[in-house]
Parts: sequence; structure tokens; C-alpha cells
Amino acid sequence: MNPSDRDATGLLTRPDEFVQLVTPAGERRADAEYDRWVADVDTAALGRLYRDMAIVRRLDAEATALQRQGELGLWPPLAGQEAAQIGSARALRDDDFVFSSYREHAVAWCRGVGPAELLTVWRGSASSGWDPFERRMAVPQIIIGAQALHATGYAMGAAWEGSDAATIGYFGDGATSEGDVNEAFVFAASFDAPVVFFCQNNQWAISEPVGLQSKQPLARRADGFGMPGIRVDGNDVLAVLAATRSALDRARRGEGPTLIEAVTYRLGPHTTADDPKRYRTDEELAEWRERDALARVLSLLAASGVDSDGFEREVADEAGRAAAELRAAVTGIPDPEPMSVFDHVYAEPNSHLERQRDHYARYLAMFDDAAASGAEGSAR
Amino acid sequence: MTTMTFGKALNAGLRRALATDDKVVLMGEDIGTLGGVFRITDGLKAEFGANRVVDTPLSEAGILGTAVGLAYRGFRPVVEIQFDGFIYPAFDQIVAQVAKLHYRSRGMVRMPITIRVPFAGGIGAAEHHSESPEAYFTHTAGLRVVACSNPADAYVMIQQAIASDDPVLFFEPKRRYHVKGEVDETASLADAKPLGVASVVASGTDVTLVTYGGLVQTARDAAVAAAEDGISIEVIDLRSLAPIDYATVEASVRRTGRLVVTHEAGQQGGVGAELAASVTERCFEFLEAAPVRVTGHDIPYPPAKLERHHLPDLDRILDGVDRVMGRPNSLSGVEA
Repeated sequence: MNPSDRDATGLLTRPDEFVQLVTPAGERRADAEYDRWVADVDTAALGRLYRDMAIVRRLDAEATALQRQGELGLWPPLAGQEAAQIGSARALRDDDFVFSSYREHAVAWCRGVGPAELLTVWRGSASSGWDPFERRMAVPQIIIGAQALHATGYAMGAAWEGSDAATIGYFGDGATSEGDVNEAFVFAASFDAPVVFFCQNNQWAISEPVGLQSKQPLARRADGFGMPGIRVDGNDVLAVLAATRSALDRARRGEGPTLIEAVTYRLGPHTTADDPKRYRTDEELAEWRERDALARVLSLLAASGVDSDGFEREVADEAGRAAAELRAAVTGIPDPEPMSVFDHVYAEPNSHLERQRDHYARYLAMFDDAAASGAEGSAR
Repeated sequence: MTTMTFGKALNAGLRRALATDDKVVLMGEDIGTLGGVFRITDGLKAEFGANRVVDTPLSEAGILGTAVGLAYRGFRPVVEIQFDGFIYPAFDQIVAQVAKLHYRSRGMVRMPITIRVPFAGGIGAAEHHSESPEAYFTHTAGLRVVACSNPADAYVMIQQAIASDDPVLFFEPKRRYHVKGEVDETASLADAKPLGVASVVASGTDVTLVTYGGLVQTARDAAVAAAEDGISIEVIDLRSLAPIDYATVEASVRRTGRLVVTHEAGQQGGVGAELAASVTERCFEFLEAAPVRVTGHDIPYPPAKLERHHLPDLDRILDGVDRVMGRPNSLSGVEA
């Protein structure tokens, strides 16, 4: 695909035809199908959604700064995707289960994941930061799309147990090209699994535009698998909440999976190791900034009579405190003990690894012995 | 004791596992209504229901990926890969997910998944139906890899694999499915030989011959034939390929001073390579000769009419025994 025709499908720059309840200007649009799903969202609830988004945006910026300062090895920023993540995660019940990729920091926030838990992986201190069963959220997935199948299997099991808990699987637009995601659609549809596939179409899979993954809106793929597909404005937190609630309800009623495509935009780099200037334009970025998720909620709150300036300042203060906590937490993450490299490879005793572990312990002990006898440098 | 075929022993073991633990679920292609292409799961769907014995779509990655999700939920999935050569679409889920999740989650998420694989050749099958892919998995940290060789072991080992909190690749030599043997269906699993322990299936003093799966019987036959030439072979059925029971292998090699390993899989990077290297490291001063490998060639599995030129058989094993004994053999006079 040449740069000139990278948006030949128009998916990237003309993301129309989706469920939208709040316009970028902050006007509430009536929607015959989805209004009922957010009828309970009053000004206070809308304020809480704004608060979530503002705090995670601030935490995300702080984590990026921590990476720049060498406290984190890498960070995949979520900036731009706050509404997609908060709107969907706030639709979940506590007993629902989340399978995510590596960018769902706002989802983790909603699941109660704390600052140190969030950063542990990215500091390189451990390969998971939280207890998946306590947070009802699996270990984040790096392999693109693999978790869609895990979500489906978990949901099948929940249904077999007679539970009405639902499962949600997050992945991106790039993942929709993976076999695992398509196979997950097949299994979920065949078994009427109570799972919601939540695709954040943030337009870019590192440097590859969504038009390389699909010639049509991703939500339409659902039809081929025999499940509903909902295309929603991923920068409209209210619309995302409504769409996800409707899909979760369908899952709980035993009617099977739904694919939600949340049309959003990754404002930052893929990770702190990426340079998006190499593949996309400032104009495109500016265009998407106009569709910002937070500004439109503030406008809507103002129109509802809320002192939005005051509220914005109040939330900004709170976000600042959360960011300070995040910063304080990162240096408190303990460095792992050398011998822990062998821990948890197996759940049961393993003769081979025990021998290797013993050997390495003896090797390390040579340095202690050398230090004790006053030798310098080499252990020998 | 009951006399039953290898296949029936597996069936009986699976039935007992399903009856013992309601979190055990069987998944695979054609395993329910049909009872599996080898009938290993025959009758189990009717007995336990479609949510315990699950016919899945034709997607190996899908089977393993959903098994991971089920394990997260607390289930013990037992998946059947219809044929050895069909496992590769599931490779990513096995290696990147099943094998690593316990480690990645710092021990919080267990993956007690048993992956049954009818494996290896000797039945004149079409391509992709006779492969021995075990070394891919023995090389993968986080997996246990086992291969059973007889009905009695099959009955016990499948239950042990299912009960294991670690993921187990369970290789079944399909050419042995119809062989009969004595199975004690009443024996307690607690008293059974642990899954990771090898069996000395024939005692001997001159050569230690190590193998697993379908070649165990061939190795025993070779030991009988060698005895006629006055060579005493000790045959070890490895049973567990990862981890390997080196205690049993070492004890034997220290007595015999000679090691021959045979498997159907190719030589390069195989289980035999691992055994030869480790035994040399651990027992060097006891060895009378360099360890010898008798393996399949490093070729794609050949057409049915050529498989006898690929698979180690009794005579090729005996040729390997001659090599380790310093007797005239196929490589006599050839510079190393």
C-alpha cells in the first residue's frame, strides 16, 4: 500500500456511520435504539465518566514521562482512547471478566488496578502486575488477538456453569486480521458464548492504516459470523457505554456474542519506542483532536448547567494527585530477586528445572564466596 | 485386571477422569458424536453430555485458545488434536499462552490443559498423519511432554496428565491403538508410578536402549533378538520426555556403559540429542563408547510406501547396538 492510497477505503478519515449520542461539539443526539441504555446516566454519572477519562489521560501522560525519564522500559500510551475504554469498562459488572491487550490502562483503572500494579510490567520487574482473579481482568496480552479466544473460552465455561456473568475481549483493528480473532468469532457464534468483542479501531496498527486490514468497516465483519456488529463513535463515552451495555445484556440473556467496533484514534505513538511522524500527518492528528472525547463531555455538562470550568479544575487537581501517586509508586516496585527467574515455570515440582536452578544458585554463590574472601572482580 | 486395547484403555481413563472431576471437559474435532476418528472418546458424549465432550469447529488454534479461557475459568480441558501433523495451527497458543501463562502470571493462573496427540507413523497414512513433533514441545519451557507405550500406562497416564496442574502434551502412538494388554481399572492413582518416572521394561547389562511411544515394543523385540547374539540390552521406556527421568537413565548407563536412543522423530535437535548430550555430561567416565542415536531421517515424513525406509525398525536398532558395542556395523570403516 502506497502512502497516497493508504486511505483508499476512507475508513481512516471519514469515520461516519456510527452510533453517536454526543457530538464532538457536545450536543446530545437522540437515538431511538441506544438512548434507553443510558437513560440512567444523569449529570452526576456523566461527571464520573469525565472524571475517569481525565484521570486516566493524566496517568497515561505521567507514565509516558516516566518512560522518558528511564523509570519504565516502555509504555504504550492510550491517549485518545479514553472514551472507548472507560465507556466499555464502566458497562461491566464486577463479576464480568476482562481479557485485554496491552493498551487497556483505562480498563485496568476501572477494574481497580493500582499504580504499582499497572506499571510493574512496563518497568520490567515482572510479567504481570495484578491478580487476575482479584481484578477480574486477565494478564494483559502482547500476542495480537490471542486473547479473543481466551475470552471466548472463558465465556463458554461461564455459560456451562449457568452463570450470567459476561466476558469482554479487547483488541485493536490490526488484530482483526489475525486468525485467532476470526476463530474466536466462529467459536463464540457457534456456542452462543456470552462474550463481547470490543475492537478499538484506533486507525493504526503501528504504521499500518486500518485500510490495510479491511476494505469495509470492521463491524460489518460480524455479519459473516452470524452475530450483531455495532459501530460506535469510540470518542463518545456515552455511546460506548450504551453499545456495550446492550451487548452485555444480549450476552447475559444467552443470545451470544456481539462485535463492537469503537471508532477512535491513537493520538500518541504505538509505544514510546515508536515515531508516528514517519507514517501519518499533522493534519490527520489535528482532525482527530477536534473529536476529543473529554471536551465534548465538558460541553454537555456545561449545557446541563454544571460549572464546567470549576469541575474541570477540580478533576484536574484530583488527576494531578493520582499522577503523583503513580510517580511515587514506580520507584517502590521491588526489583526481582535473581533466583526468582526460575519461579512459576511449572505449578508442580520439575526435576529438570530444579537441577538447573541449583546449578545457577551455586554459580551465583561463587560471587558471594569471592566477596567474602576479599577477591575482586572475577569469581574465579 | 481387564484385557483391553490401548485405545479402550485411553477411553476408560478419560471416562474415569470425567466422572471424577466435573471440571474436566474434552474438546476436539469429531470427538463427540463420532467418538473421534480413532474412537478414543467413543460413547463419552452420550454419557457426559455435549458440554463435557465438545465437538469443536475445525480450528486447532481455536481449540487451544478457548481451552486457555476455560482454564482461566477453572476447567481442566483435555483437547484432542486429530493428527500430529495438524497441531501447528495451535502452536502459537500452546507455546505463547499455554506454556507461559503460569510463569507470566507469577503462579496465579494455572493451565491444567492436556493436549492429546495421536502421533508417529507406521500405519501407511496420508501425509501430515504420521509425524513426531514432540521435540518442538520438549524445547518449550512450561510444558510437560509424555508418551505412553502400552494399555496399562495409557489408562493411568492420561488420568495423571489430566490431574496435573501443568499443561501436558500427551503423545499416543497411533500404531499401538489396537494392541491389547492388561489394565487394572480399580488401581488407585495415588499408588501409580508418577508421570515423570521412566520404566525399565527389560533388564540388561551391556547396552541401555532408551525409547518411548510406539518404538518401545520394537526395542523390546530388539533386546530379545540381541540376546540370541549374546548381547544383553536394558530397555527403558522414557514415558516422560520433559522432564526426562535422568535418575533412571543414568543408573542404567552407569551399569552398562553404553547408550542407544531411538525415536521416530528426526535426529537434529531431537530427544535423542538431549539424552546423548546429558548422559555424556553426567556419565562420561562410565561410558565405554559414544552414545548412538537411531532415528528417523531429517526429512519430511515420506509417502506411505517409503515409510519403512524412514522409521527405525528392529534391524536398524540392532545396527545401532552393534555400533555402540564396536561390532561390525553399517558405519564400520567410515571416518567419524
